[in-house]
Amino acid sequence: MTQTRTFDPTQVRADFPILATNVWCKPLVYLDNAATAQKPEAVLQAIDRYYREQNSNVHRGVHFLSAQATREYEGARERIAAYFGAERDEMIFTSGATASINLVAQAFVRPRVGPGDEILITGMEHHSNIVPWQLVCEQTGASLRAIGLTDSGELEEFTFAANTKFVALVHTSNALGTVNPVASICARARERGIPTLIDGAQAVPHGRVDVRELGCDFFAFSGHKAFGPTGIGGLVGRSTVLKDMGPWQGGGEMIRLVTLEKSEYAAPPARFEAGTPNIAGAVGLGAAIDYLDALDLDAAAAHERDLLAYATDAVKAIEGVRVIGEAAHKAGVLSFVMEGAHPHDIGTILDQEGVAIRTGHHCAQPVMARYRVPATARASFAFYNTREDADALAAGLHRVRELFN
Amino acid sequence: MSDLRELYQEVILDHNKSPRNCRVLDEPDARHAEGYNPLCGDRLTVYVGTDGDVLRDVSFTGEGCAISQASASLMTEALKGLTRAEIEKLKDAFIKLVTTGETTNVDLGKLRVLGGVHDFPMRVKCATLAWHTLNAALNNDRNTATTE
Repeated sequence: MTQTRTFDPTQVRADFPILATNVWCKPLVYLDNAATAQKPEAVLQAIDRYYREQNSNVHRGVHFLSAQATREYEGARERIAAYFGAERDEMIFTSGATASINLVAQAFVRPRVGPGDEILITGMEHHSNIVPWQLVCEQTGASLRAIGLTDSGELEEFTFAANTKFVALVHTSNALGTVNPVASICARARERGIPTLIDGAQAVPHGRVDVRELGCDFFAFSGHKAFGPTGIGGLVGRSTVLKDMGPWQGGGEMIRLVTLEKSEYAAPPARFEAGTPNIAGAVGLGAAIDYLDALDLDAAAAHERDLLAYATDAVKAIEGVRVIGEAAHKAGVLSFVMEGAHPHDIGTILDQEGVAIRTGHHCAQPVMARYRVPATARASFAFYNTREDADALAAGLHRVRELFN
Repeated sequence: MSDLRELYQEVILDHNKSPRNCRVLDEPDARHAEGYNPLCGDRLTVYVGTDGDVLRDVSFTGEGCAISQASASLMTEALKGLTRAEIEKLKDAFIKLVTTGETTNVDLGKLRVLGGVHDFPMRVKCATLAWHTLNAALNNDRNTATTE
């Protein structure tokens, strides 16, 4: 890539049509980016063009459209793999991070662990990086251990056990905003020959990720949190690991030869993509990754850091507010509780002001339990948010204070 | 903003701040049930003490948003001394009010202040949780009542 990458917060805002809409007759202030990010015009157009001009099934047809669709789908794979510093065949399309983690749990970990073995996660995982491992433990007799959390929301010191067979950890916490030192943890695991998975769902929207620099064996991510469509995501896996893995789901696309007695499986990545894939989703995700690739993501991250600091100060200045998650290294997530006002009431009142935040347990109930709160209110930022958005959040919270005093 | 005042009426804010009958019902024959709203994590326990068909005393404990707390508090005030049939009538009328905004010929009294909830579909379950939990307590249902 030789193009000059730029970042201008006002200009990127104009790329996202929904940001110019109104909610309850007020300009939308979208601060629920950790739940799902908005889509730039380029992604919307790519999906629209695909269905209008290129729609066909991939890999099988000999006709013109099928070749077009295959080129678009495989082209997206190639560009996405390159973006993450991986080879083309290391990028498996899935329906999202959840499916990616389940794939690894069932196809890689399940056949390799048994009673007495341990799978290591952290106390700040999203349910999607807890439940698949609990299922594997039930199926195999292995046990699950979670690295504890400090009061500020960072990982406690930990050691691997002699029987630790797999490590699955979140890159950026959706509930706390903590960015974990995943590269150093992967390096430590690698020294002991323990394979690793990074749940990167919240990391991709906040900066460039290079899987070789992270040093993980698997990297799971979701398209919709990275400005792409819902229902598509990926698993980037080390080729040397993928080649020894059996399939997860069986069906069309993932085979080389089928007889009524037995089947031969295709090589990765097709081995892990049974059934007609979400082609339009892959095309849309490809466009989202192109969009990210053209941005100066370091400048975007600096803008987000500034915004998070500004919003954190504004929110903490409000009487009775307590921020949950104050790690030294955070991405744009601001989780908080307010004395006397339940997060759900905060969410409803902010919504009436056009401000969209998330309230509840954020699919991270163990995090809520750790910090002894039933739920939090969470404002999460993307590079298209502005200081005006943070001002609207603070103004809405003052309104909550008035009503609930 | 007028919509917000419609939802968060003074009576609701007051019952949220100072919930009535918010205690464990400490009597030998009291029954209770747990209610849980998996969407937002609201948890309630509703306790009932009955004399035959009559609800002699009712109370609740738990935590949740202003709507669920106020709804539980107002419910306990409205139901003491009523028969199962009377409770059933009030429950149906209340659930109809908060889900559709429609009133019936049943006099809901103070419970009417929760009528604004029907304009906020994401919050209807907050208002109905206490009633589902009450139902479970009266029926001696050991499973956690949920809003799902």
